[in-house]
Order: sequence, then C-alpha cells, then structure tokens
Amino acid sequence: MTTLDMQDISIEFPGVKALQHVDFSMKSGEIRALIGANGAGKSTLMKVLSGAYTHYTGQVFLDGQLLDIQSPRDAKKYGIDIVYQEVDTALIPYLDVAENIMLDEMVNEMSGKALVSWKNLHKKAGETLARLNVNIDTRKRVNQLSLAEKQLVLIARAIVHERKFLILDEPTAPLSNRETAELFRIVRELSVNQGLGIIFISHRLPELFEICETISIMKDGKMITTETVSDLTQKKVIELMLGKSFNEEHQKHQVPIGNTYLKIDNLTDEAQFLKNVSLEVREHDIVGIAGLVGAGKTELCKAIFGENPLQSGTIYLKDKQVRNQSPTHAVKNGFALVPEERRKEGVLVDEPVYANLTAASLRKFTLPFSVLKPERERERARKIIASLGIKTPSENQKVALLSGGNQQKVAVGKWLLTDAEILIFDEPTKGVDVGAKGDIFDLITSLAEEGKGIIYASSELNEILNITDRIYVMYDGKIVKELKTQNTNEEEILFYSTGGR
Amino acid sequence: MEERAMKMDSPLKKESPWQKPLTFINNWGTVIAIIALIVFFALAVPQFMTSSNIINIMRSISIVTIIAIGLTVSLTVNGFDLSIGSTATLANSLVVSFFVWYSLPTGVSIALALLLALGVALFNAFLIVKIKIPDLFATLATMFIIEGVAMTYTGGGSISVGMPRLDGTPTTGTIPAVFSLLSQTPYIIILMLIVVASVYFFLKHTKHGRYLYMIGGNIEASRLSGIPVNRYRTLAYIISALLAALGGVVLASQIGSAQINAGGGYLMPAVAAAFIGSSFAGQGKPNAIGTLVGATLIGVLENGLVMMSVPYYSLNIIKGAVLALALASTYYTRRKN
Ligand SMILES: Nc1ncnc2c1ncn2[C@@H]1O[C@H](COP(=O)(O)OP(=O)(O)OP(=O)(O)O)[C@@H](O)[C@H]1O
Ligand SMILES: [Mg+2]
Repeated sequence: MTTLDMQDISIEFPGVKALQHVDFSMKSGEIRALIGANGAGKSTLMKVLSGAYTHYTGQVFLDGQLLDIQSPRDAKKYGIDIVYQEVDTALIPYLDVAENIMLDEMVNEMSGKALVSWKNLHKKAGETLARLNVNIDTRKRVNQLSLAEKQLVLIARAIVHERKFLILDEPTAPLSNRETAELFRIVRELSVNQGLGIIFISHRLPELFEICETISIMKDGKMITTETVSDLTQKKVIELMLGKSFNEEHQKHQVPIGNTYLKIDNLTDEAQFLKNVSLEVREHDIVGIAGLVGAGKTELCKAIFGENPLQSGTIYLKDKQVRNQSPTHAVKNGFALVPEERRKEGVLVDEPVYANLTAASLRKFTLPFSVLKPERERERARKIIASLGIKTPSENQKVALLSGGNQQKVAVGKWLLTDAEILIFDEPTKGVDVGAKGDIFDLITSLAEEGKGIIYASSELNEILNITDRIYVMYDGKIVKELKTQNTNEEEILFYSTGGR
Repeated sequence: MEERAMKMDSPLKKESPWQKPLTFINNWGTVIAIIALIVFFALAVPQFMTSSNIINIMRSISIVTIIAIGLTVSLTVNGFDLSIGSTATLANSLVVSFFVWYSLPTGVSIALALLLALGVALFNAFLIVKIKIPDLFATLATMFIIEGVAMTYTGGGSISVGMPRLDGTPTTGTIPAVFSLLSQTPYIIILMLIVVASVYFFLKHTKHGRYLYMIGGNIEASRLSGIPVNRYRTLAYIISALLAALGGVVLASQIGSAQINAGGGYLMPAVAAAFIGSSFAGQGKPNAIGTLVGATLIGVLENGLVMMSVPYYSLNIIKGAVLALALASTYYTRRKN
C-alpha cells in the first residue's frame, strides 16, 4: 500500500488565490471523492499533483518521500496520472485507438528506436483494454468514437504502465446512466483488484455516495474536511461545500400556461436522424425533452435552431411560419440555443468574459456605424456575472482561465442579454455545481414567468422532473410520448425512453 | 498574516524570478528591438538620425505596411491571404494600362483598379467559404492565377509610357502628374497612416472587428451565437484584397510603369510584419498597430544596414535573423495553460 500526502499546497494566478494551504492525503486502493463548488480549486489541486502546474508552494510526499514533480512526465514516473475534464483536448482525433492509448509510450519510451512496431502496439493496447474489460476495436479512429468510449481510451492510456494513483476529473458529466455504471465497474476493478488509488471529481452527489469511501470537500481554495461516506448525508455535503444550507428541490411558482407560442410540425432533418418530430411550446411553458444519450435531443435542438438543415417540416412562432436557415436567422427570429459542448460550441475561450456575454447581443452595445461601447458592455456583463455567480476576478478575464462550471455559466449567460423569445437549453447544467444549478433553474423559471418559451433537453431525469411543465420523451429520433410533469415519475419516463410502449 | 508570511518563506518551489521580465520581453520585444536598432545605427552612422532619413524610412515602409494591414485583416478570421502580392501586381498593371493604353482620368483609373481587385476577393471567398478549401491552399492557387492573369493582360508583364498596345497600335497616354504625387512624401506617409488608423479603429472599436476576432477564435461558437460567419470571412478577404490593390496602385505611382510580378516581393515582408505585429503589446492577435510596428522594425533594419554599406546581397541574412529573434522573443517560454 502506498500513501500519498500533499501538504500545505498554495497556488496563485493573477487575481486569484486558487489554493490556500491545502492538505490532502489518501492511500492506494481507496476511492476518494473530491467535491466543491465551481471554482473551488478541485481541478487546480489535481493539476498540481499531476505536474501541470509547477509554480505552487508546499510539498508532495509518496510514502513519506518528498517528490519533485516538475512536469506531467515526472508525475507519471511516480505513478500518478490524470484524465482531464475536457477529454477531446487530450486525444488526437485522426489517430486510431491503439495509437492514442500508446501515445505516452510512443512519445516517451521510444528513445533509440525510430520504427513503430504496429503489431506490438495493437497487442499492448488491446491488452490494456482487456484489463478494463471493455471492447473497442483498436484500429478504429478516435474521432469515430462516442464520448464515453473516448474516455475509456484515456483511462486505458493512463494505466498502460503501472500506476498507483489515477485522477478522474468529472468523468461522468457527459455519460449516460448505463455508461456511468460501466465506468463505475471499471473504477472498482482498478481500485479493488489492481490496487489503484482513485480520485474522483463529480458534481453528482448520488454517484459519489455510490462509489466512494471517503469524501474530501473543498471551498474557496481551501480544504474543508475529509470524512467517510457513512458519516455524511448529501444534505450535509452540500452545506459544507456551499457554506449554507440549500434546498435541492426547486420551487416552482404556479403560472397559468398561455397560448401556443412555438409549434413544430413534422420535422425531419436532412440527415434523417429526426423522424417527423412535432411539438408545441406555450407561453410561460417549460417543455422538457427527455431521452437517453443519443436519442436525438441535441439533433432536435440544433435542427430547430437552424444549425442542422431540415428536409421537411415547418416551424411556427405565434402562428407565423419562420424559417431558421442558419443560426443567424434563428437569432434574428428570436431563438437562443445553449449548446451541449461548451468548449467547442458555447464559449470563445480566448476572449474575455464580457465579450462572451455580449457576443449574441452586440447590436445593443453600439453607437452609429457599429462603434462599440465597451463600458456599457462591461457594466451589463458585471450584472450577469453577479446574478449567475460566475467566479472570476473581473469581467476582463479570459474565459479559458475560468473553471469548467463557470465557463458553462458564461455560455448560459450570453443569451440573457438577447431578446430571445424561445430559449433552447441542451444539457445546460453539465459540470455545474448544485448551488449554481439552483441559480440556473431559478433563472429559467423566471424567464418562463416573463412569458418566454423554454425547451429544456437533458438526460438527467431529476432535472427534467424538477423544472418542466410538460415532457416529450425521445427515442431513436422520434418523440414517443408526451407527459405532464405533475403526473409522471422517473420510472415512466425511463420506460418510454428505452423504447417501451 | 504573520503565519502566512512564514509559510510562504519555506516553499519547495517559487515562481521563477525571471517570470516577470520574460513576460515584459514577450510583450514588448518588437519595440525593444526597434529602439535597440535605432540606438545602434545612430551610434554607428551619424546620418541615420537625420529627419530626412527618418522620413525616408517611413516612406520606404508605406507600401509594405498598406499590404500587410490587409493581410492582418485576413489573419483575424484565422485565414491567410497569400494572394496579396499578386493582387498588388494586378492592380499595378491595371492602373498603368488605364493611363497608358486608354488615357483614363486618375480617379477613374484608381477606382476601376480597386473594383477589379474585388473580383480576386470574391474568388478567394468562393473557394474558401463555399468550396471549403483551407485558406492557405485556396489563396496559394489564387496567387498563381492572378499572377498569370496580370502577365497575360499585359502581354508579358510590363507596360511603360510610350509602349504600344498588345495589338501593336501606338499609345499616347501618360502617367498624370497628380498620380505620381501619391507616392511622394508626405502623401504616401499620410495615406499609410490613414490606412493603419482606420483599420485599427475598425478592428478594435466596431462590432464588425469584434466579430472578425471571434470567428478567428472559435468559428463554431461564433456561428451558434448568430454571427453570419461566412459573410464576415468574405468581408475579411475583401478588405485584404482592397488594401493589397491600394498598395499596388501606390507602387504604380512610385515606379511609373507596370513591371513583371512587381507586387510579389511584398508578400513575404508583409507576412513578417503582420506576424511580428501579432505579439505587439502582448495582444497575441493580429492587429493594425502591431503590423505597423513590425513593418517599422523591418524598415529600420533595412535602412540602417544599407547605410552601414552592408552589401545588398547579404541583407536578407540579417533580416531573416532579426525576424527569427523578434519571433523568439514572443514565442519563447510562452506556455500553454
Ligand atoms: N490558469 C489559470 N489562470 C487563472 N486562474 C485560474 C487558472 N486556473 C484556474 N484558475 C482559477 O482558479 C480557481 C479554481 O479553479 P478550478 O478549475 O480548480 O476549479 P474547480 O473546482 O475545478 O471548478 P469546476 O467544478 O467548475 O470544474 C477558479 O477561480 C479559476 O478561475
Ligand atoms: Mg474543474
């Protein structure tokens, strides 16, 4: 058994004390949860451990021995590896599975050798996948894999060599229930049978209670406490991480549902993924689109928003037909979309926060001749930052430097400055902490109360049940059932979303 | 507070003491280089700091700067316009032919040359936006095509006053005196400064400029924010071609004739100026002021070396080396987050 001991770790970025005197210790073979609000410093602490940052102060010990970690390569040498929050950034899309799994090996261990032995490469990659008990063709190109498979490839890469500690930073955020269960099986396999220490970051409390033995809670760059799961309740954890009690049940005001606002009639997209989808959104209405990952929720959102071309079907806004030939038209027609993949589609990482927030409504911040009024932009941005609780030193910070959950809040906040009448949210709470999730829910509810039409697509059933008035269940590109939220439950939704009828 | 200070005193690792000066050099390397060069040349060659020489330098960088500013705009959308040199050549040929062959008035000739250069922009935009050829390859193809078009149009590349037309008929057209003024000081310098200032304002202070940078940063997110990305990419190539053509027109005024591939030589200095300029003041983005600074660096260097009687055939060695140094000051130690 190996003991990992991080002592008195502090790190600063311009304007942010990301970590302040943090202690963290665990043993191999343990599954440890790391939890905290967005921007609490979880990813940063793990980046210190895995060698991504070197300008920290404090010490890291392995079995009492002081480590000198200057690079990810050093960390790997000591048996510590990480699977990052954003999987796509760590994979090379046009290489195949085996090459991606063996990437470190090819880069670091080929000194003296110039030729790649493809046979060995595939054999070794295959063996590693077999250790995880998963079945992926090692010759498949990585850009053809699903998100879940990509993640498994990264885990496989991390364990090609013997590891003592493996960090998984929000691995379950993009996964379906079934894929999550599969990941848990692998995590248990690695820890129980192969003796790895696993550090598991997630914002989904139930799953932490399911898989972890101990929970470390962070808040504002400090470590609050570490306790065994059996001594804690979910409510207690939330209280500790937010510093206040918090009611997870979302309060909905009763507003009378109005006339039909948006009507979608027999929509089929050009890729023929969606088949004759019809739905209706009324004034004050929050409509949920439920369905498993891959049921076509994202495709539907993008088709309505004009990003995916239509083959047939019509969209009526207040009884008038609208044509969303492109997102530009859609925005003009009063639509908004918070897309699923924030880094790729939602935010401009190199631009400051304020420019991201005003990106979809820049027309409102101009003088004649399209001259910008940046002061006005900043002022409005500060309001949004405050109302969504975006954690950033200022509105001028580059979005790339925000924590994952705070980037997501920026992607949502962008649309609050527009005059959108129909707001489409595609998995808007991915990677967002419980407290902020509540804020986003409140916001969506108040938008509905103002009279806007909301489409809320999510594979998280408890969210759908919490916030919507009506639910359309999708299966295989079709809407298979319409349900009233008040009169349904998880089981029923699940029944229809797995193809039951 | 006390305890904190103590703890901070015994860290395992400290932020490197070089971090701050390095950032400073990263951000201001080009400016430092220019100042260092000026000091060096001023000490080495007494005539260097005379006002006539300084004006001389500014005049010598005008055409490159105008063309490089166009390139800068194409760089903002994460594009790359390799066809600017050929476009300048084409504009040079066109405007001279209008004078010599057709005796058209000055204003009409210039306007017509710029208008025809728009055709190049639209062709580029068509290849890039509609056919979806990557920018660099598309404009490489255009570069050859336009070079060929200019040569074919002029029947080999050159036109000068008094030369007969392609079909042999004699010509009586001349280059108007007011057109020649365009490349004289101070007009050429004023023109350059107007171009730099207006593109600076356009990119930095208007909605359109903001959109261009956003598209360059993340085209997907920009599209989903409702920005008409294809229209703006087309706009970027239009500005690029127009400024390249303007550079070609000024060049025509300077040399008073059309020459074989006259604009081609401006492509690489323009690329260098725009790239050096991206690092100016730590912006990390192509920008108009930076491009002017980049062009100035190259101009100062060239002028000083010539004054020090470095043979022309060795100039490029030093120019290349300084370019590498300037780029090194930006890229060295710039770590990814
Ligand atoms: N490279 C950086 N430069 C500047 N600030 C940074 C940098 N990396 C992180 N931060 C800041 O440090 C704080 C902690 O960020 P971190 O990514 O560790 O949060 P987190 O707990 O992982 O949050 P999330 O749940 O949203 O992923 C945040 O305020 C973030 O903005
Ligand atoms: Mg994080």
